[in-house]
Amino acid sequence: MILRFAACVSAFLIAAPALAQSPSSPVETPPSSTAAPAAQAGDSAAAQQDDAGGLSVVVSDDNAWRDLGIAIPAFATNQDVPTPANSQGTAALGLELARVITADLRNNGLFRPVGPDALPRPPYDRIMAPDYAVWSGRSAEMLVHGYVRAGSDGRLTVGCYLYDVALQDQLDKAGWVVEPADWRRAAHKCADLVYSRLSGEDPFFDSKIAYIAETGPKDNRVKRLAIMDSDGANHRFITSGQATALTPRYSPDYSKIVYLSYLNGNPRIYIYDIGTGRQRLIVQSDYPAFAPRWSPDGKWILYSMAKGSNTDIYRVSANGGQSERLTDNPGIDVGGSYSPDGSKIVFESDRSGSQQIYIMNADGSNQRRISFFGGRAATPEWSPRGDQIAFTHIAGDLRVAVMSPSGGNMRHLTNGWQDEAPTWSPNGRIVQFFRTAPNSGKTSIWQVDLTGRNLRELPTPVGASDPAWGPVLP
Amino acid sequence: MRYLVTGVTMAAAIALAGCAKKAPEELPPPPAAPAPAPTPAPTGPQPGTQAHFSQAMMGQDVIYFDTDKYDIDAEDQAALRQQAQYLLQYPSANATVAGHADERGTRDYNLALGERRATAAKNYLVSLGVPSTRLSTISYGKERPVATGSNPQAWAKNRRAVTVVVN
Repeated sequence: MILRFAACVSAFLIAAPALAQSPSSPVETPPSSTAAPAAQAGDSAAAQQDDAGGLSVVVSDDNAWRDLGIAIPAFATNQDVPTPANSQGTAALGLELARVITADLRNNGLFRPVGPDALPRPPYDRIMAPDYAVWSGRSAEMLVHGYVRAGSDGRLTVGCYLYDVALQDQLDKAGWVVEPADWRRAAHKCADLVYSRLSGEDPFFDSKIAYIAETGPKDNRVKRLAIMDSDGANHRFITSGQATALTPRYSPDYSKIVYLSYLNGNPRIYIYDIGTGRQRLIVQSDYPAFAPRWSPDGKWILYSMAKGSNTDIYRVSANGGQSERLTDNPGIDVGGSYSPDGSKIVFESDRSGSQQIYIMNADGSNQRRISFFGGRAATPEWSPRGDQIAFTHIAGDLRVAVMSPSGGNMRHLTNGWQDEAPTWSPNGRIVQFFRTAPNSGKTSIWQVDLTGRNLRELPTPVGASDPAWGPVLP
Repeated sequence: MRYLVTGVTMAAAIALAGCAKKAPEELPPPPAAPAPAPTPAPTGPQPGTQAHFSQAMMGQDVIYFDTDKYDIDAEDQAALRQQAQYLLQYPSANATVAGHADERGTRDYNLALGERRATAAKNYLVSLGVPSTRLSTISYGKERPVATGSNPQAWAKNRRAVTVVVN
């Protein structure tokens, strides 16, 4: 057991940042969000993971902690009082908090969580002094306790405690003060604490996803900018769908989304400000601009611009202004993703005759091809950890794969008919992508972890494509 | 054309009336035909509009491409010649060439590929004398398929450049 005698030094009661998420008036008026039946990919058979892809070669085996049984009973409350976060008061909210934590861990194939609906509810005075006998009798190796208190200002204080049942020891704890609307963030932070403390990995649950919501038939598809939490909650449409929207990316601080829109008839790049609901054209040009990406520091936008048959990659300040061309090859240079330190860019180019993946310095110098394994390779995305590049491998079908930044150790993570456009979880352990079903063209967002396990579809109200996973919330 | 002919006829008639003795250098048109009844308002689309262009092209307003290709083959050239003739005949008609790709590619690349195809068609029209100022391009990548199947026949129909008259 590597967790023995771990020090418990987490800061308690970190003031949660107030998220600038007040309801805004978007540029396009969103209609009321109607919950259509969730889009399901038609080919569940194709969802079966191919385990024969050499997946075990370079990924360290982390099964040891995956098998830990974790009991997550309902959070207690000092006083059951009304709260805007739950129509039935803080006691009911405590149950919901534990449910969200359980779902976070279970849906991602992490540990063996047992949720509050199958467990006794600990009283408030036991949160910091667990009745270990109760939990060891249930074969729980780890125990999560927590509480929720409503302050006089309406804000919620949520405490989260992780105990080792066998050692009868507290492993970690933390607390957060959140606005009632942000109660799920406290649950995600608690899930992050449990996950990080037990796995040694960086957190990722407290994060959001921008994507494109798709409705309507294949030859008249409506595509709208939309956002949701990492678990699919707090879903919101941002644009109305009158103009086709594509390829969104959250700014690193979550204040803006850069994306492509056919708003004025032609494909152009806009930055949408989430706080004000306003957006502006970022590249002033008569040429089509697309494939926008943020630099890790949020100061630059990388984009592609087509001048006739030649597409090159440019960068422009996120405040607008003059663009700087980074590639000048006569072929199609497109996409692009910065290394976490911002010093390099991985991109795709067909200069060799077909789409392949290249790396260059952030100023455009030293361009060199890294993909040499047959087929075409597209949409590279650098892992936030820097150690992997996820991309779309095209050889007949489209599949999501990863490789090292030197182009080695290529591994497929999926085996669908058309899986494309990977995006990384903030900790670089999970890849999301979108899957298109043949004929219907129905799209859906899926994720798979870096070991190739835990493939699953994310619940979205309508069809969904172009996922872009943002960093852990500030 | 009809108005022009009528005008010439009338001018010739006036000239005849004014200089009856002078032999005409050319044979005059048949005289004194009663003025043709005003032609009924045309029921078809107005020349120089997209509807008229589309009708006149009979399918030749679209050219098709091989997978991941944007070269103009002989069949495309024939279609583009017809398009060019039309555009030269109606100088007030401007056109946009929309480039498309099939669904079996990644989104961003297909936007660039669609622009390539639209540009290839536009450049050929320019080479036939259509002023480039009257032509624009747009790429829809794989976003606007016309054939919705997921098979080689449908994909072939979607790898296209469509010329649309805009005024």
